[in-house]
Formats: sequence, structure tokens, C-alpha cells
Amino acid sequence: MSAAYLNYPTGAPVADTKAPAGPVAERWDTRRFEAKLVNPANRRKHTVIVVGTGLAGGSAGATLAEQGYHVVQFCYQDSPRRAHSIAAQGGINAAKNYRNDGDSVHRLFYDTVKGGDFRARESNVHRLAQISVEIIDQCVAQGVPFAREYGGLLDTRSFGGVQVSRTFYARGQTGQQLLLGAYQALSRQIAAGNVEMHPRTEMLDLIVVDGRARGIVARDLITGRIDTYYADAVVLASGGYGNVFYLSTNAMNSNATAVWRAHRRGAWFANPCFTQIHPTCVPRTGDHQSKLTLMSESLRNDGRIWVPKAKGDDRPAHRIPEDERDYYLERIYPSFGNLVPRDIASRAAKNVCDEGRGVGPGGQGVYLDFADAVRRMGRDAVEARYGNLFDMYQRITDEDPYEVPMRIYPAVHYTMGGLWVDYDLQTTVPGLFAIGEANFSDHGANRLGASALMQGLADGYFVLPATINDYLARNPRHETVTDEHPNVQEVLAETQDRLHLLLAVDGDRTPDSFHRELGELMWEFCGMARTDSGLRKALERIPQIREEFWRRIKVPGSGEEFNQSLEKANRIVDYLELAELMCLDALHREESCGGHFREESQTPDGEAARRDDAFAYAAAWEFTDTGAAPVLHKEDLVFEYVHPTQRSYA
Amino acid sequence: MARAVWDSTVGKKTVMAVSGLTMLLYLIVHMAGNLKIFFGADTFNEYARWLRTVGAPFLHEEWALWLVRVVLVVAVVAHAVSAYQLSRRDLRARPDKYVHKKARASYATRTMRWGGVILGLFIVWHILDLTTGTVHPGGFQAGRPYENIVDTFSTWYGNVIYIVAMLALGLHVRHGFWSAAQTLGAGSRTRDRALKGVANVLALLLTVGFLAVPVGVMTGVVG
Amino acid sequence: MKLTLRVWRQKNADAEGAMSTYQVDGISSDMSFLEMLDTLNEELILRGEDPVAFDHDCREGICGACSLVINGDAHGPERTTTCQLHMRSFRDGDTIDVEPWRASAFPVVKDLVVDRSAFERVIQAGGYVTAPTGAAPEAHATPVPKPDADFAFEHAECIGCGACVAACPNGAAMLFTSAKINHLNVLPQGAPERETRVLDMVAAMDDEGFGGCTLAGECATACPKGIPLMSITSMNKEWLRATRKVKRSPHPPR
Repeated sequence: MSAAYLNYPTGAPVADTKAPAGPVAERWDTRRFEAKLVNPANRRKHTVIVVGTGLAGGSAGATLAEQGYHVVQFCYQDSPRRAHSIAAQGGINAAKNYRNDGDSVHRLFYDTVKGGDFRARESNVHRLAQISVEIIDQCVAQGVPFAREYGGLLDTRSFGGVQVSRTFYARGQTGQQLLLGAYQALSRQIAAGNVEMHPRTEMLDLIVVDGRARGIVARDLITGRIDTYYADAVVLASGGYGNVFYLSTNAMNSNATAVWRAHRRGAWFANPCFTQIHPTCVPRTGDHQSKLTLMSESLRNDGRIWVPKAKGDDRPAHRIPEDERDYYLERIYPSFGNLVPRDIASRAAKNVCDEGRGVGPGGQGVYLDFADAVRRMGRDAVEARYGNLFDMYQRITDEDPYEVPMRIYPAVHYTMGGLWVDYDLQTTVPGLFAIGEANFSDHGANRLGASALMQGLADGYFVLPATINDYLARNPRHETVTDEHPNVQEVLAETQDRLHLLLAVDGDRTPDSFHRELGELMWEFCGMARTDSGLRKALERIPQIREEFWRRIKVPGSGEEFNQSLEKANRIVDYLELAELMCLDALHREESCGGHFREESQTPDGEAARRDDAFAYAAAWEFTDTGAAPVLHKEDLVFEYVHPTQRSYA
Repeated sequence: MARAVWDSTVGKKTVMAVSGLTMLLYLIVHMAGNLKIFFGADTFNEYARWLRTVGAPFLHEEWALWLVRVVLVVAVVAHAVSAYQLSRRDLRARPDKYVHKKARASYATRTMRWGGVILGLFIVWHILDLTTGTVHPGGFQAGRPYENIVDTFSTWYGNVIYIVAMLALGLHVRHGFWSAAQTLGAGSRTRDRALKGVANVLALLLTVGFLAVPVGVMTGVVG
Repeated sequence: MKLTLRVWRQKNADAEGAMSTYQVDGISSDMSFLEMLDTLNEELILRGEDPVAFDHDCREGICGACSLVINGDAHGPERTTTCQLHMRSFRDGDTIDVEPWRASAFPVVKDLVVDRSAFERVIQAGGYVTAPTGAAPEAHATPVPKPDADFAFEHAECIGCGACVAACPNGAAMLFTSAKINHLNVLPQGAPERETRVLDMVAAMDDEGFGGCTLAGECATACPKGIPLMSITSMNKEWLRATRKVKRSPHPPR
């Protein structure tokens, strides 16, 4: 480990200058009123680049195009419809209070700030809660087939971390249905010529000219051609960076290149260590495992989680009598029971497995049992609610969850950290915006279930289209940028050099072997529980892997063709740098909060101990150089409405 | 609108469905009429004679017959041209075959195209044999279809051609009737079993009904 | 398990392709089919050979990227996506043929990767509800009868993988197109564009060079999401209804 990397300087604090003062409930209205508008006739002259076509990117692209902007949009998949938002199962929160169960915008706001363990910005979260209501209206108007009751009205269910039923869903495929809604809106704009869509095209770098984001460098994945694209503003909607861990529930090709390259070009990266470990994933079966599959958290509504009371009890589940089972979540957290927030459920699973009470191969699993639910509601009702999830489980494990309890284990699922953005969702690079999972803004240190879809769509349909106007209106078009501009030349050369080098090393290790090695290291030392010594170990090891990578990587083929190994290797280059920042951030945050659990900082009964005195801030890191210490900028978090308390779900 | 229908694959399938159902209706009547042969030469020939005078005196003799013939020719041509064009389109849409071959779909489905060709050729022979008498074995006697039929089914090839064609007809109707219902949007999950049942019954009825005649001749019941 | 793989290899869209034979060993029955291919690719890379290109992303059976014809079946012997097919469906010593989707509307890009952009243009022709952001009425303003909502959902489940086209002896995209039409046309929100949607999408489908339907039913058998064959019947009905109602050419100027 270079000691220099740990000696990061603390720079000037960063403040969100865009959120207006005043009562939190009025800030969004105020901001929208204060924002300058672009004359509809002039919008056509503005080009906006959107990278990514998930819920955030898809909805943003469609909405900006509807408003009259010329949108140039990118996705690495062969179709915008395949972005990984599609895999979200459970649902989307909205403070509709259709159940009359005491829900309100304020309660959703409160739940989200609390669920995020008081590391999110109040203004942003309140806006999210306000907009949640409009999202449902918008999606229904698009024809999203939400679950309905016999009266024809929308059905809702409850979700982890809350005590109201505010989650709208479409069987176990809510993400798919919402994404198809956005995709269809986007398709309409593509057909109308308002969106220029580039599928199978991956952003490799950001073009910054005169301190403003003016375009991107992207590679056509079929021909290998590297091109520049210019715009008046660039929006990153490229998702999270969970694939740093190699095994995660992210799609195989989800990657951090867009955000990391933007970071290298000046966008600060906030709270990189805030990663969410989802409690209900299918346990891994062996070394060949390429990714992990999530089972919707909604399963925890009716399934009961347990392990045997005795260590090393390897009897099959049905042979373990009721009084020898430990329903540990119900025991430790009687009021929330199986519905505690994700971070708590995950850590509890890790604890019982560490005690040697885990089930399944390698003892890396706990039971999620539906026997009671089947008895209570009948098999048909269980099937109606969870049928497709059960099928999916059976397909993967060859076990029938109606007969044998499911086995689940936590897995990396979501990254709360991301590019630092202000209230307008603009990063520290003017003209560069980050929306959805790519930014850090709304979930603090832990995201509540069914809130990712809400945030992605809030950002894309409503927030960004309102705030980007202000930027474009205040920054009338500068001179056109061309490939001859020295900044562009530099970015292009760097990109080409990087790819050439990857192909030229011709070593003896595959891209996957490095990715797996890095992932295992991160899971061990920067996963569910982190320690000072473990993180230091990881920080020592990462530069070594990086060095070895550039010595031994083997990428077959050429850059001028469809080359999936090259794509993969290039993404790993960025993971190898991002992983280091994640560990540094985790090391510097000497407290436990949300998904970040430092073993040194826990209550006597093993719960996360937050340290508001020292760490009630978002850590925004400024890039300096590869392997060189970044600069830490702190954004102090002020809580005027939801007063920080130690979270209690007991 | 007609142009739009003809230009669309779904439209062309509609043309096939409607023309196919038209021919099917005709075949049911034709088959039922054929069975009159078992009541003897006089009854049958009298029935054939009556067919020429249907609609009289309002319609002139043979007008109704020609009307039916025109409708049938239009149906056959429309059916065949649509089938040809759709088949060409289908083959173009799937130019490369899979290396790993697999038997797919039911026999009736797979034989629709060749079955159609067989039926087309059969119709030509059938008309030349029993309507114009051009290729009739032995002496063709106008107005005496009973004797003509007995002639035809007294030859081995007459029986072979007829039997093969009627089996093809059964298979064609079996998939075709159900298929037409789907094309016209008449199918539904609740109705599917019934439709398939009707298709099977129709196919069986037509095949058995038509084959009764050559079998009758062969066994000497008719002769 | 030890397996013999015969895989379609094709350098790029213009090159000739052929089947190549590979041996893989040490395959666990818990592996997914794609993890088995990952294993092969790791070996190929180390041997300095070009790994087999195939589309994949979520590996959870929902993104619709994976698209292999395995032993002549789109997505292989089980009714699921390729990524959710596990090696326990095969036996030690098996020979497995792996080919790309075959249809002229889906040209091969490389090896097992095909270009499915024809589907995009079918959706762009009308597979949406014109509902600009911000213009939506309150969600409960229009109740939707549960049977209609369920019908819509059943068809909305389509993942756009293209297995229906790959399995169809005519390379037809009827099931894909009908799924979207039925999803939107049954809902009150989709009603205003009900006729134009079906006419335009069917026209776009034809323009892309997909074949016609002979109701062979292979599409519905291959569909990993269980879109029923009756979906095509419903679309035909919608098309005929629209043709009667709309006095204009379904071919808009393109």
C-alpha cells in the first residue's frame, strides 16, 4: 500500500447551493419557479446526451425529447429495453395513501431518511416523496399493468423497513413493467426523430471543454469504432457499481466506466463505500458462479426466516422441530420481525452463519420458510403472490419452495454511493448530470426496498427535465466543439491507448480471473462487515492486483471488431481504481451506518453505532491521479425535520 | 382498404381463411350430395340433373351452377395465390436452416403446403375426369355421372389418386379450419377445445364421406 | 460432466459461418448453460483463441438478451431463457449443438450474437401509449377490471428475446407483435390509439421481412414467458376490427 494514498488531504467543504431555503415541503416548488426556462422554440437547438436507458435514463430521454430537446442516447445493450432496471422485482413506493393506513408524503420522507440511517439530504428525499405520487399516475397512463384488486383499483403491499402498505407492484416484475413503460415512451420519441438512439455503444470517456461537460467518447461495440459525440449537457444514467464485487445481483455487463471516467474528469464521487447487501438472494453453488440472483424482498412479507438453534445441525429442514428453530429476526426485532431494513436483515444472516448455524452447502445460507404462509393463505394465494419467484428459485436450485424452505443469503445488490450531485442533480462538472443509481443523493447509507425504482423515475421523468432547463438557459450554447480541440484529442488518445495496451499485453490471465480476484477481496474486506485492518489489507492488495493486471492481462482479438473480452477488460481497469476509493472511504468513515458496518463501531448488542458527531456528512472525493490520494470534501448534512436517532426496529 | 388487406400478411391470411371456409362449405354440400350414389343410379343422376336447375324458374338453367363455379374459382385462385405469396415470404424470412434439425409442429401443420399442392392438382384431374370427361377412362357419358363415377373407380389409379387426395383433404381441413378461426379472431382460450373438436370432426366426416364412394364401387355396393 | 459442444462460429456479419467442435470437462450440473460457456471461453482465451461471442446480461431470465438455439430448440430443452437453463438438463457425455437465432430479420453479428433491432422498429411503430410526462390523470381515475389488467400483464411479460422468431418455421414475429398489441389494446389507457397501433405495428412487422403465421404454434412453445398462441388470434381480431373501422392505408409513409 502506498502510504501516500491513505494520506488524503481534506479540501474545502462542499455545499449544495441549489436547494432553496424555506420549509422543506415548498423547496421543490420554489426551485422549479426560480429555475430559468428555455423557450420551447430554442430547445430543438440544444443537444443533450443521455448515457443509459434504464428507468432513469429511459424516462429522462423520453421526457427531454418530449420537451423539444434533441437527445442523443446510448446503451451498451442491443436494445434500450434490456437495461438492468428490468430485473427489479418487488415494487415501487408512492405516498398515495390509497389504503388509508396513515401514509403521507411526510411519512415516506421520514421513512426514507430514517431508513437511510441519516446520511441523505432532507431536501432531496422530501422531493422524492412528493414526486412519488405523480410517478404512479404517469406509469398508469402509459399502460403499466400494475396489480389491481377486483374493484379495478390499484393494489399495494408492504415492504421492508416501513409499517404502511405503499408499494405498488406488477407481480414480481415491477421493474420490467416500469422500464417497458419508459422504453415505450422512448421508442415513441425515437420514431419521432427526437431521440437519436445508439444501442450497443459504450461510453468510454467524458469530454470536458472550458470546464463544462460537452460530450462523450464512445465505442461502437459491433465495429469497435471509437467516436466522439457532442452536446450542451451530458446526463449519466449508467447505474451503480456493484459489479466491483464480481458477484452481485447486477447484470453481467453493468459497469462503472461512465461514472468513473466522469470522476477522473472532475466529477466528485460521494460515499463510495455505501453499498447495499440484499438479504434475500439465492446462495451460490460453486466457484463457477457468474452472478447472483435476487429473490424479491417482498418474500419477507409472508416468509419466515430461521436457522437451527444448534450449531452444525445438518438435518433437513422438515426434520428440525419447531422448538429447535431460531426465527432470529422475529426474536431480535419483535415489532418489525422479518421486515427489518435490508442492512439489518443481511447482517443478522451473516452473524448466524458466522456462528456456524448457516444451512445449505458451505453453511452460507438461512431458511426463508413459507410453510406457515401456505397453511394460512392456501397454496393458491401464495402462488398468486409469489408464483414467478418460486418458479425462478426452483429453476436455479432444483428445489420446490412449496415443499422445502428456500435458502437465501445476502449479496451485493445496490450502491447508494455515486457521483456527487446538487439538488439539481448536477455533478461538480458543470453540464454533467447524474441520475438514478449513478448519483448518491437520496438513499443515504441504506436504500429502502422499492425505492430505487421510485428514485430512478423521479429523477428521469420529473427532476432532471425541470433542472436541466436552468443550466441550459443560463449557459447559452458556446462555440461548437470539434475533434480537433486539444481536450478532445487528449481524451481520444487516452482512450485509444488504453484499449491498445489491453490488447498488447498478451499475458497469461483472463479478464474474469482478475475480476474474480478483486471481487473476492472486496467481499471479504469491504463487504457486509468492515474493519480497519481488513480495509488496510485490501488497500495494500488492490494496487498490486492493478500492477499485475497490466502485466498479465490477456485479451484476444482486435479492437476493430465485436470483442467482449476487450469490453470486460476495459471495465475492470476502472473497477481496479474504484475499488481502492471504496476501501478508502470505508476506512475513513469510522462509524457504522446503514450498509456500512464497521466492526469497531457497534453497540453492545451488536447493532450499528452511528457517530453523528463526527460523520454526519457526505464524503465527496475529488480525483487526483491513479493510485494517488484523492481529496476529501465534506458536505455537512443538516436535519431540520427528521432528527437523527439511533435506528430501532426492535 | 382492399389493397391494404392484400399487402399485409395478416390480410392475406384473412383471404386464405375466407376462401378456405367458402370451399369447405362447398365440400360439405358436395360430400352430402355424393352419398346419394348409394340410392342407385336413377336417384343420383336425377339429383345431378336437379343441380343444373337450381333456382329455376327465377334463374335460367345452369345459372346457379355457374354462379357457384365462379365463386369457387375465385376462392381457389385467391387461396392458392395467397398461399404461394405467403410461402415465398416465409421461406425468405427463414433462409438458413438450423444445423440441428428437429421435427416440429403437428403432421397436419407441416403438410399444409404440399397438401395444398396435391389438392390443387387433384381438382384439375377431377374436373377433367368427371366434368369435362377429357381424361375419363372409358366412354364419358354426359348427364350420367353415376356411370362415370363407377368407371373412374374401376381403375386402380382413379382410386389411388382419389384416396390420396381425400386423405390430404382431411389433414388440410384439420389444421385449416382451426387456423382460419384463429386468423379471423374467432378463437379463444375457452373455445379452443371446441374449435379443434369441430376441425377434427369436419376432417373426419369429409374424408370418410368422400371415401365412401370409391369404397362402395370397390366393394360392389355401387356398380 | 464432460461434454462435446458444436458451436456456430462466424467472424462477423459478412463472413461465412460453420460449426466448430469443442470439448469441455469438469462441468457441474449446478452451472447455468451460460456459465458452462464461460468455462469454455476462459479456456479459449488462455489458448489464444477467440472466445465464443454470445449475448447475455441479467442472467436472471428477464432482460431477454440471451438467445441461443440449443439442440434445435430456442433457449434449449426447458421452457425458460438460456441463462436460466442449467446443466442438470443434460447428461455426462452429451453432444450439444449451439446455434444463433435464425431469421433473415435477425442477421448474425458474430458467432451466436444476432441483430434484433427489427423488434425496436416494430415497437416504435406504435407499441406505446402517447402519454407525455406530466399529463397523467390521477391513477385511480380509471379503474381497470381485474381480468383486463391480468390479460394486459400476461402479454406485457414479453421480454423481447426473439425466441418466437427463432422457433417459427417462417421466421415470423407474430407472437412478439401481438403480445405488445394485446397488452396495450385491452387497457383503457391504450384505447385511443387502439386501431392505429395494431395497423401500424403489423405493417412495420411486415416491412422488417418477418414471415407470416401458419399457426404452427412453435413460438408459444418456445416462449420463455408463456405468451399464449391465442395472443396471435386476439391480434388478428384487433387487426380486422381496425381495418373495418379505419378508412386509411395501414401503411403510413415510412
